[in-house]
Amino acid sequence: MINWPNFVSQLFNGLALGALLALISSGLTIIYGTLGVLNLAHGAMFMIGGYAGYVTYSYTGSFILAVIAGSLFVMALGVAMERIIIRHFYHRPHEDQLLVTFGLGICFVEIVRLIFTSQSQVVPPPALLQGITSMGFLFYPTYRLAVVGIVAVALGALFLILYRTRLGMIVRAGIEDSVMVDSLGINVYRVFMIVFGIGAMAAGFAGIINAPVVSLTPGVGDDILVETFVVVVIGGVGSFPGAILGGLIAGEIISITSMFNPGYAYVMPFAAMTLVLVLRPHGLLGTQGRE
Amino acid sequence: MSTKDFLPRRTLNVSRRTLLQAGAGLIGGSVLPASIASRAFAEDHPAIGTFPAGSSGSSAFIGISVPRTGTYAVQGEDELKGYQLAIEHINSGHELIKKISPKTSKGVLGKDLKFGVADSAAKPNEAVQAQQRFISENKAVMITGGTSSAVAVALNKLAQREKVIFVCGISGSNDTTGKDCVRYGFRQNFFGQTAAAAIAPVLIKQFGKNKKAAYLTPDYTYGHTVTKSMQDRLAEAGWTTVTNQVSPLGAPDYSSYLLNVANSGADVLINVNWGHDAVLSTQQAKQFGVLDKMKLVVPYQVPFIARETGGLMQGVYAATDYWWTIEDKYPLAKMFNETFEKKFGYKPEWGAENAYVSFAHWARMVEEAGSFYPPDVIKAYEKGETVPSLVGDVHYRPEDHQCVRPVIIVRGKMEKEMKNKEDYYEVIEIVAGDGLMQKPDAFGCHLGDYT
Repeated sequence: MINWPNFVSQLFNGLALGALLALISSGLTIIYGTLGVLNLAHGAMFMIGGYAGYVTYSYTGSFILAVIAGSLFVMALGVAMERIIIRHFYHRPHEDQLLVTFGLGICFVEIVRLIFTSQSQVVPPPALLQGITSMGFLFYPTYRLAVVGIVAVALGALFLILYRTRLGMIVRAGIEDSVMVDSLGINVYRVFMIVFGIGAMAAGFAGIINAPVVSLTPGVGDDILVETFVVVVIGGVGSFPGAILGGLIAGEIISITSMFNPGYAYVMPFAAMTLVLVLRPHGLLGTQGRE
Repeated sequence: MSTKDFLPRRTLNVSRRTLLQAGAGLIGGSVLPASIASRAFAEDHPAIGTFPAGSSGSSAFIGISVPRTGTYAVQGEDELKGYQLAIEHINSGHELIKKISPKTSKGVLGKDLKFGVADSAAKPNEAVQAQQRFISENKAVMITGGTSSAVAVALNKLAQREKVIFVCGISGSNDTTGKDCVRYGFRQNFFGQTAAAAIAPVLIKQFGKNKKAAYLTPDYTYGHTVTKSMQDRLAEAGWTTVTNQVSPLGAPDYSSYLLNVANSGADVLINVNWGHDAVLSTQQAKQFGVLDKMKLVVPYQVPFIARETGGLMQGVYAATDYWWTIEDKYPLAKMFNETFEKKFGYKPEWGAENAYVSFAHWARMVEEAGSFYPPDVIKAYEKGETVPSLVGDVHYRPEDHQCVRPVIIVRGKMEKEMKNKEDYYEVIEIVAGDGLMQKPDAFGCHLGDYT
């Protein structure tokens, strides 16, 4: 028999889990959709966002400064990574891109482990958002509630940049025909650098926003990376709305499955991904994808 | 832990010089007295596993695989430090080693111990691959690993197949010396069933009879056997299980599981998770208000959980292999704590103790056997003699190779009770091992062959 209060609680929890997954996945999918690079260092960048925020918090005690520092540091790291390494791989086979980004991810994780060890570090949520909120039908951690709102605002901002600004227009045109955009006098590679920076920033931002929910360890991005790929594949590789839809679907599947058979909670999103790949190879909102 | 303690992953501590020396020894040996020597070997000690190749030079090699990444990384590092200290003490004939293995002078049977370290990431495949390499390339005379019981069980099988002695790292599953036991495997630490037998009476006394329990269980051999043992023991006092939330090793988020626990109406949350999983799930249980509604119990205590959860273990009961404050009662523990802290800068935890004692016992058994010949070493263990450890006298059962040793029940101290920054627990009881043990064949152990 279904326990209705628990069912509703899990539905809501699925939304909260999904929102975060959507945010992390959006960065991955923007970079792929624009540059055609599957960035396997994305999980490590998520982790670095958390640690950069943690260091800032340790010195300043300010969560807001931690969020700003975490996002900007990873953005700068993303830009540097694009300038120094990734740009040499735009015209190389996908396998080369996968290997180099995967290798970078491992290096980042090991550097962080060397500095901070494997012991977990804690970033507390701001005082205002600590504790538990009663929503009538469930008690839910206040900070996790706030995360849903924060992620919605962040995704809204990303959407506006991509679909309502000149930069977004150039980016989307660049995806369709980079030669034409280049011949119009627009430096496509500079745009690419900015896009990589924005995508990285989304990961870093998600990393520090998520830090008070989980305790930070160097491996925190590893599991998230796998889930992020599941989300991106479900939604459609390269599709920004797809990342949001995929995130919400994966979050709900994890949460609802845990009610019926907790052991399968983290397996079922993979089953859903397989089903989507069979029925709609380009994902729910994906198009033909890049060649 | 400081960064200078970091060892490169997958290093092999075999120098070129050592290889040359070993090679020269082998060549020299084959020319002159080798025919006589090999006949002598052939009569009593035919070649088996890495014997005699692994112990024919001036040194012997040990293959160490610990998790240095993943959810058990912190525990793995602690364990590694225990191994390093034990090897250092064995090679130098340290006073503490002599207390456990009186015949040890310098090295084991006069041979310097060398070692290689591989990161298992708590994954059986990685551990088996690394140890296979240590066995075939370095002729390891002994291998170790664990921290995850899945790894321990896999290495049990490898050890039996390769005929190389496996000294288990931390492994809490009943299966390790139960249905998956092997002739070549030995376990020093206590396990799920003994943990349950030790802590259940304390819980019943503390919380009463007929309580409702919720479980958080990691989905592999360790989690399932510890949960089952706790359920069996607590059922005797009318405790029931209202929910058992099974999660994968290294789950990134426990919110869905904790909502089910929060809505289950349980009186007590029994968190069987270990490593970072235990830290994360306990922290999130606090976030979801679960710890305000129900009592927390950690039946198989994870080292470092007190410092990593920042106060959430206050008042919490846990079963553990080792807690440093028992040094007031056990002089060897005091010696160990002092030398460990001097070298590494913090009080050793369970992983380090288990590692140190396991190696010290192995060294003693080889010395007793007077040979690295594996069947002789196994038989030395199987004498079941009383041997010293950091927690008093213990012995290995010949029937399943499980060490019979006490279980320590601790309760988290409140901050105001702590005498120093590492004084996290009060030792409530030290429960003698004999009364905790199941019959040797209760979990289906059938040891394999010697040869």
